[in-house]
Amino acid sequence: MQLREVWSFYKGTFVLIGKGSKAYYAWVAILLSLMGIGVAAYLYQLNHGLGVTAMRDQVSWGFYISNFTFLVGVAAAAVLLVIPAYVYNWGPIKEIAVLGELLAISAICMCLMFVTADLGRPDRFWHLIPKIGNLNFPSSMLAWDVVVLNAYLGLNLVIVVYYLYKTYYKRVANESFTTPLLLLSIPAAISIHTVTAFLYNGLGARPFWNASILAPRFLASAFSAGPALMIILFLLIRKYTRFKIKDEAIHKVAELIAYAIFINLFLFGAELFKEFYTATKHLAPMEYLLFGLHGHNALVPWIWTAIIFNLFAFLIFLIPETRTNHVTLVMGCVLIFIGVYIEKGMGLIIPGFIPDVLHEIYEYAPTGVELLVTMGIWATGMFIFTMLLRVAIPILNGDFHVADDGIGSYIGDQMFLTSPTKKPIQQPEEPL
Amino acid sequence: MPDQKKQDDHVFRLSRRKTLKGLVAGLGAIALPSATASASVWESFFQQHFRELSKKELQEVLARLEKGYSKEYGKPVKVKATAPIEGVKFGYGLDLSRCIGCRRCVYGCVTENNQSRDPQVHWIRVVQLDKERGVDLDKAEHYYNPKKVPEEGHFYMPVQCQQCENPPCTKVCPVQATWTETDGVIVVDYNWCIGCRYCMAACPYGARHFNWSKPTIPADEVNPDTHYLGNRPRPVGVVEKCTFCVQRTREQPGRYPACEEICPVGARKFGNLLDPDSEIRYLIENKRVFILKEDLNTQPKFFYFYAT
Repeated sequence: MQLREVWSFYKGTFVLIGKGSKAYYAWVAILLSLMGIGVAAYLYQLNHGLGVTAMRDQVSWGFYISNFTFLVGVAAAAVLLVIPAYVYNWGPIKEIAVLGELLAISAICMCLMFVTADLGRPDRFWHLIPKIGNLNFPSSMLAWDVVVLNAYLGLNLVIVVYYLYKTYYKRVANESFTTPLLLLSIPAAISIHTVTAFLYNGLGARPFWNASILAPRFLASAFSAGPALMIILFLLIRKYTRFKIKDEAIHKVAELIAYAIFINLFLFGAELFKEFYTATKHLAPMEYLLFGLHGHNALVPWIWTAIIFNLFAFLIFLIPETRTNHVTLVMGCVLIFIGVYIEKGMGLIIPGFIPDVLHEIYEYAPTGVELLVTMGIWATGMFIFTMLLRVAIPILNGDFHVADDGIGSYIGDQMFLTSPTKKPIQQPEEPL
Repeated sequence: MPDQKKQDDHVFRLSRRKTLKGLVAGLGAIALPSATASASVWESFFQQHFRELSKKELQEVLARLEKGYSKEYGKPVKVKATAPIEGVKFGYGLDLSRCIGCRRCVYGCVTENNQSRDPQVHWIRVVQLDKERGVDLDKAEHYYNPKKVPEEGHFYMPVQCQQCENPPCTKVCPVQATWTETDGVIVVDYNWCIGCRYCMAACPYGARHFNWSKPTIPADEVNPDTHYLGNRPRPVGVVEKCTFCVQRTREQPGRYPACEEICPVGARKFGNLLDPDSEIRYLIENKRVFILKEDLNTQPKFFYFYAT
């Protein structure tokens, strides 16, 4: 029966995630303890209210929403793998597209956790559920965001789980089912980031966000930082697991990043020109961000770090020699990831509130509780991604599939994470 | 099996409440402090949106709230849900030439509307401006604290909820926890707000305030005459705002908002915009009136004017 198959697949995956090398156990243990710290910090926040954060009426969103915004971009960036893989049918990326979708799933989970951490009344989350609660759709952009984020999460889950399930049972995935979903995931990815941009964009009260260039900038920065994170992950996965990723795939992604960074820098420049040349009163938040305002300059060193990192990264990705050399490539990826994390995170959210609507300046810097909760959510995201990879990679490699009896599972990859030097010793196991 | 399931669907219709109870039964323990999970906690958890309550349900909710507040503050607290009066749309006028910046309105509002004393929540913010520069918020002094006001060369501008006709705050709320009543007042259902603070980002006047920690009001200072949508004590983690004192202004005969009543120089005017003979209409039609941030098209019902 179908149902028994599903059950034995899930049972198999649970057995599988329990198996691994010492390195795998250590990695998972680290993540679990960081998650534990995060949970403790969150419980503290639940008990005492959001007053334990540095947010106040003047700056009413902070580090949580900054991380949320950045991670929506990471999730959206999976589309840079889906397009070459399924629109252009390009083999080297088609082999790794699943990894992008898994990253998207993990990133969306983190987004949902960050939004929840920011809620004053998480116990009332059900008010957001259509029919049961009172979702203010289509009026509220936040309602749109709830819809598109969950739709994108659902879409990726269905695609990936279906594909892995079929592969596990050594069957061919039905393309007339997957192709429409994959094609739909392209506009869905773009829409999650567009809607998130519109969330800020549509507020006349906040001139810093009320610029029509915001959504395009969001997409350009997302397509810079998201794929950069993917390249780092690809290199790690290829080094420490049995999964093969072709150089051409990585280099193609790196080339796409070069275009994205260029567009991002161009749009940033366009915005700078408009703000500084016209120099209306709406310049104040931009001034605060870049140079400080009336002696308040908490973000200044951060944003200049971001600008310098982004420029350096652009050079690295622009020059073919440096983007194909894996030492400089990793450097470029790290630079653009940090650069965009600052620019699209705190660099975007905080100046929306400084100066505030009555021109008061309240400088915000996250408290220890905010940092710990944030760390916990990142650890949870990495944990989710690790677990997804632990199942997906053996399936894709043919190391985890239904046993010959049609009921049990065959687990060929007992280690998952191995140090690169030991790899040759394990190689003979593969021809099973 | 599928037939059985089909049958079940026909026999057992899930109501909102049943669905939720099922959904939450497992998760509830995490979200709610289990030690205090008495019946009233569950009732307030499952409470529907204010505007969807039947008359009977509303009476139950008000009774539950009254019981809770009376117990907490050790004195009888009344919670009304007086509906807007027909044919009334409230408007407010503020005479900048009279205001002396004494902030009595700020604290009168705190006392009347049961704002938290620690942490301090103020629904009115008075800023000090330079006479030379006029209304230029860039140069506003928020925390002026001289021995005596008004100070030479300065004037004062109190800012509170402008009760916009085109409010950006209600539009963005993801759960419709805030809306405009028929008398033009924008209210919040404190039992429905999820605390996302999107409305605070959307408000161009800084009129919305969040309960970052559990609000505290000394029991002897609690105003026991409260309105569900107005000045009843608020829970932690929700947004609150000025309601033109609905607990006063909707009574018949009505009373003025507390800030209007306490103003020692008569700088504050309040009335029915739909009544052509009201003082507020006279002011709008005969004085030099302006509204704050006109270019945002929020269309405030709060009018600043210079009487002299």
